[in-house]
Amino acid sequence: MTDLSSNIILVILVTSFATYLSRFLGVVSSEKMDIRSKIFKWFNCIAYAILAALIARMVVFPSGVLSESPLIIRLLVILFSIAIFLLAKKNLVYPTVLSAILLTLLNNYL
Amino acid sequence: MVSSKYFFQGLQSLKRRDSPAIALACSFIAIGALLKNIGFNIQQSFLSTFLTYALPGQLVMAESFLIGTSLINIFLAVWLVNARLYPMTVSLMPLLKEKTQPKWKYYLSCHLLSVSSWLIMKDQYQKVEQKHRIDFWIGIGTGTWTTAIISTLVGYLLSDYLNKDMMIGLAIVNPVYFMCMMIGAMNNKHVSLSIIFGAILGPLFFIVSPEWSILYGGILGGTLAFFIGGDK
Repeated sequence: MTDLSSNIILVILVTSFATYLSRFLGVVSSEKMDIRSKIFKWFNCIAYAILAALIARMVVFPSGVLSESPLIIRLLVILFSIAIFLLAKKNLVYPTVLSAILLTLLNNYL
Repeated sequence: MVSSKYFFQGLQSLKRRDSPAIALACSFIAIGALLKNIGFNIQQSFLSTFLTYALPGQLVMAESFLIGTSLINIFLAVWLVNARLYPMTVSLMPLLKEKTQPKWKYYLSCHLLSVSSWLIMKDQYQKVEQKHRIDFWIGIGTGTWTTAIISTLVGYLLSDYLNKDMMIGLAIVNPVYFMCMMIGAMNNKHVSLSIIFGAILGPLFFIVSPEWSILYGGILGGTLAFFIGGDK
């Protein structure tokens, strides 16, 4: 038992270190960066594109429980939520709450 | 020290209409339940979100722990999946730079950088004077981080009551939140093109190389957007 739990702590520390490393290196390399420089603009584009890639992957090829709902239903829920977001003048409470309810309903009754 | 006026202004972002609190809570409740199911105790679950605070990394950790891979493999898998934090940090910190502010603020507060806090800060930074942006940022980061930690504990405690339907419902909230925030951020050509290219290329590269798809899709998509978007 103690073996397993000291193992878990090590796993947590390794995970946290691997994660903090990217944040830390980000601060180091941005230290002298000018926000009007080309390189800053390039990094900005990459940051947005990487996030979009991550989110699109979460919807199209999800890991975990989400993969148990059909792709077409996931896409429908996303499109519906975006429509609500735009209709509700960019309020984020409605689309997020409704998306969970809608997905559960469609998943069970369709 | 941190100016409390700007810190609390940042913290207030949890109460606004684009608050990340609901989406963060849903996904970290799911993480808390998952950690309990794979055999973590409540202190370990707390520690995981407290120290890592990055959802995809914690998921990879949980998967690797279950199949029992070596620590070095866990390190590499987590580093790869969380490498997005590097360009995110680089594209945020220069906006918060101020010579009179001590460096430790930047090195400590980068731990609070997550997709939620980043999207909010990118949306809000122009409303705060350069000098006070770092304190405002620490407020936003502390708010989202604390929400994630509390939600992990709630998820851990509720795990017996969460059935599969509820877990699936919880899992869609985060992508929906991020997707809406990104659409809200599409107010210039560079950002819009980056988001569109990334969203197309990410899943495409996944078919070829699941582990590298996000980095490949992001770097290629962002670079294309940078050149096509022109000089403005």
